[in-house]
This record gives sequence, C-alpha cells and structure tokens, in this order.
Amino acid sequence: MLQHVVRSTVIDAPIERVWAVLRDFNSHDRWHDVVAQSRIEGDERGDQVGCVRSFALKDGNRIREQLLTLSDSEHKSTYCIVEATVPLQRYVATVTLKPVTEGDRTFWHWESTFATPPGQERELSQMVARDVYEAGFANLRRYLERGDDLRGAGGLASAMPASLPLPARRAVVHRYGGPEVLEADDGEAPPPGPGEVRIRQRAIGVNYFDVYLRKGWIPALLPLPGVPGMEAAGTVVDVGSRTNGLLPGDRVAYLGAVPGAYCSVRTVPADWVVRLPPEIDDELAAATLLKGITADALLRDLGHVGAGTRILVHAAAGGVGLLVCAWARHLGATVIGTVSSEEKARLAREYGCEHPIVTREHRFAAAVQAQFDGVDVVVDGIGDAARDENLAALARRGHWISLGQASGGLRPISADALVQKSITFSRPAVFDFVATHAALVERARRVWDALADATLKAPPIERHALAAAADAHARLESRRTMGALVLIA
Amino acid sequence: MIRVYVSSVVDASADTVWSRIRDFNGLPQWHPAIADSRIENNEASDRVGCIRHFHTKDGGAIRERLLALSDYDYSCVYEILESPMGVENYVATLKLTPVTDGARCFAEWSAEFDCAEGRERALVEQIGDGVFQAGFGALKRHFARR
Repeated sequence: MLQHVVRSTVIDAPIERVWAVLRDFNSHDRWHDVVAQSRIEGDERGDQVGCVRSFALKDGNRIREQLLTLSDSEHKSTYCIVEATVPLQRYVATVTLKPVTEGDRTFWHWESTFATPPGQERELSQMVARDVYEAGFANLRRYLERGDDLRGAGGLASAMPASLPLPARRAVVHRYGGPEVLEADDGEAPPPGPGEVRIRQRAIGVNYFDVYLRKGWIPALLPLPGVPGMEAAGTVVDVGSRTNGLLPGDRVAYLGAVPGAYCSVRTVPADWVVRLPPEIDDELAAATLLKGITADALLRDLGHVGAGTRILVHAAAGGVGLLVCAWARHLGATVIGTVSSEEKARLAREYGCEHPIVTREHRFAAAVQAQFDGVDVVVDGIGDAARDENLAALARRGHWISLGQASGGLRPISADALVQKSITFSRPAVFDFVATHAALVERARRVWDALADATLKAPPIERHALAAAADAHARLESRRTMGALVLIA
Repeated sequence: MIRVYVSSVVDASADTVWSRIRDFNGLPQWHPAIADSRIENNEASDRVGCIRHFHTKDGGAIRERLLALSDYDYSCVYEILESPMGVENYVATLKLTPVTDGARCFAEWSAEFDCAEGRERALVEQIGDGVFQAGFGALKRHFARR
C-alpha cells in the first residue's frame, strides 16, 4: 500500500522570496539541516526539468532525485527518488506554494506518496514527515529570517552598492526644557551595519514618554544633544546582513528602547522592526505600534482583563486610553474612564468607555466606589496628582498599573498603603514586553489584526510636521488633544 | 478574463471552518455583507446544481448556481446567474486547505469573470475586499482565540 504524507505551514515571507529558494533543485544543502552536500549531475542547472540532484544526508545516507515538474506559474515542483540508500520506493513528492494575500505571507504544502518494505511503513512515514518536511519548514524559516538567501552569487544584498550616509532631517533637544527646546536641524543616517536596516520614515509616533525625555527626567537615556522618539513607520531603504529577512522596499514600523525616532531617515537594529500588512498605513502604524502593544501588555499580561473586569482608564480619550478602552470593552470588561472635558467624554464613549467621568482635578474615587464598588484595574498615566484617589478607587485585590506620570513624578507608596485592600502595583515599561524580535512580531500582529478586523477602532490621528515637533509637544501637554499624535517626515 | 484571488489563514481546523461555510444557503450566518438567502425550488442546499437567491445588506439581489462541492477537498465552485455587479462568465471557488502545523487552515477565495472595459479595478476591489476579504475577516473574528 502506498504511504501518503502531507505537511503544510505558513512562512512569514512573500511567495516570490520563498519560491526563489525552493525552485532551485540544488538549494537544499544551503537551507535544510539534514542535507550535508548536494550537486546537480552532468553540469545541468538546478532549474532544468529532468535534472538529477545527488546528495548525502548528515546521517550518511545517499539519495539521487530527479526533477519532474517545475512551474513558476503555480509555484510547484515535483520530484522523485531515482536511487537511494533509504528504502523509500516509488517516492514522488510535490512542493506547492500559494500566496497568503492577507499579510503577504506564503502557504507551503509538501506531500508525497511512496512504498516501503513491509513493517517499515510507520517508521519511514514519520521520518519523511518529521525529519524532512517539518524540519525543512523550520530550517527554511530560519534561513530566510537570517537573510541567508540574499547573500552569495546573485543575492540582492551583494548587488547593492556600498552605501553612504543619507541626509536626515531631525528634531533635536540641545537643552532640557519645555516644548520650545525641540529644534529642527540636519543630520545623517549611517549605512546599515550587520543586523541593521535603514528606514525612510514617513510617520513618527509621539508619546508622553518623549516629553519626559525632553524635560530631562531620564538624562541617561537622552544625553544632549539628543533626538527623542521611540517609534516610526516607513520604508526600508537598505539592509545589512542578517536582518530577519527584511528587504529594501518593505513597508515597516519599529519600536525601540533607544530614542532617536524624530527624524526623516534612521538606521535601527532589525530586531526592532516589523513588516506592515497592507491594510495598516504608515500613519496608523506610527500612531498605534507602541500604544497598541502597551494596551496589549497591560490588558493581557498585567490586568488579566476579561468579561466582568472593572477597569478604570485615566486619560481615556488619549492615544493609549482609546485603545485600552476599545480593547477592554471587546474583552467584556466594564470600562470606566476619566477625561478632562465633555468633548473627550463623547469620544471615549464612542471607543467603548461606557462610563466616562469628567474631572479636571482628578476626583473620581467617590463616584467609582458609589457606582461600581471600586475597580479591579486602574490604568494610570496621571501619576502623583491621582495617587490617593487611585488607592481609594481600587476594589479589594485591585491592581494599579502606573503607566506614566503626566502630572509629575509619583511619590513613593508605602507598602502599608497597599495592604489595606491587598492592592498590587506594577510599573511597566513596554520595551520589556517586546524584548525579543519574536515577542515584538507576535504583539504587533495582535494589534494589526485587531485594527484590521475592527476589534480595535483606529484612534483619531493629529498630524504635525517633523519640523514642528515643538508644536506637537505643546499640544500633547496642553491636555487638549484627543487620540494619537504623529509627526510627518 | 479578470481574476481576483484572496487568501488568508484562519485559526481553526479546516473541518471546523468548513462546517461553518459549507452550506450553500448559509451566507447570512457567517458573511457580514449578506442579509438573507434561500434556495430556489426547495432543493437541498448541498445539491450540486441548486441555485441560491440572496440579498446583500445594501439591497442587491444575486442568484448563484452551485457547480461543484467537495467535502474531501473542502471546496465549492459556483457561478453568478444574475447580479447587479455587471460581471459576465463569473465563476468563483472557495477552498480550505489544512495547515498541519497548528490548528489552523489556509483559506482561498478566487473568481474569474469578464466585465465592461474600465470597470476592472473597481470590481476587483469590490469583490476582493468587499466580498472575499470581508468574509475571511468575519471567519477570523468568529474563530479568534482572544
């Protein structure tokens, strides 16, 4: 009886790129770990239908396989074993790729039929499925992530001219202070080194954290003169080696723990960078990458927010606030928010904040206790001015997430202040939740998916020119803005 | 001939997703753009050759004939008999393929058709985004593990 093995996966790379590797019948010794070395017999090309590849496996076995079909239109290749030291008989295999148009990814289907000596059906089927196909998926994924396909003869990277620094417009802080210390000037972005990519930025996310840097609250992170900004979106100009498979022309966004995003061209580590799906434009990406991932981390990891959770969101009409409200509401939480005006209350309500409280003096605890018996989670970007009210508003075993300190540095909280209601306190920095590239990719994808399927309603975006970064900061600190601010480079 | 092709990955097994989309009369239950549907002449909705008559939420009436149904391939092929879209010779295929690493499946929806010159772009967008991608979006939301 013929055995039939089918394995399939999804590779996070465009189909052209995956196919460029797989269509070469002799490429497997470069990307598949089980293959020691391979050559095409008779000096034929690796894409010549009828050619035979002769290869050795690392376990010592030897195999000769013939290419039977190669279709660039169907992204399909069929081949058979001609001769082998492993007892796979009448083995015919087909590799088929299909584009996943949503997200510009690739579906890879690998199947074969073969006969085996009696009694070895199971063992050989498992060997083919696991050691060849599943291991091959993992190996090729890693090969592409490292960008190994881009090097060597004919590779894109080698075709690229040795690059020079590119001029970049920037917004620079020469001395710590108010919004006016942000000044436009000209700098340059160095060519990307190993593990780096250079990005022509179109939209830059403005976050309250940038204000702290500008004020000089964290001088170690922004030595003078310094360029603030933690995130931006744009297009890859050029890449160094080993850059997670990024290519020139890729639309990307990044989030990094080192400031410097307020500029038109920037060279950054590839580990900070994620490719953008087509439905997320540059401005939306810059407006939601850091803020969306912050919302994701504090709802999932810190607040454990779900159906019935009572959550209080300060600055509910702000960039983070709207995303937190919308997502928490989608998760089934009871969403209460504080805002400074009726207009903001209307907006917050539109985004899922069912119970906006309008207060300019940060007075909310009495209302929260009276109406909801306290809250399970407080998302606090206010800081010291809301300190005592937060403690009073929390329910038993409530959790206070201190996200920011717009009103000024939070005075220390004594442990005894927490014990009265078994309150817990956390002080997250978003960068610790995206410390690896895999974590960043996973969280960013959750944000993009939620925006694409309307789980998360995109926040209103207020745009300022990069050269007018000072105005953007002045607006943000005025407490008059709603939604997210971006700088347009 | 114009071709539209949209594909996605849904976080549920092909069996599970297929059971939601297999019913040729079931569009209103899973596709956000469809208001109602019935099968003409009281035929069974999985009988190849049956005709569904449905309305989109914006009021358009469409008649489509089931040309092929395969529980083995998780696929269905149908043609448009009447619609307000201005397409001719419209044949579409909706197909699932299991993704063996993880409980998810690869979903493809494609169509070929003829149309008046100059209408190609708008139709590709209307069908690709408004019908196919919108349908996949709804399936992904339905099966999302959030």
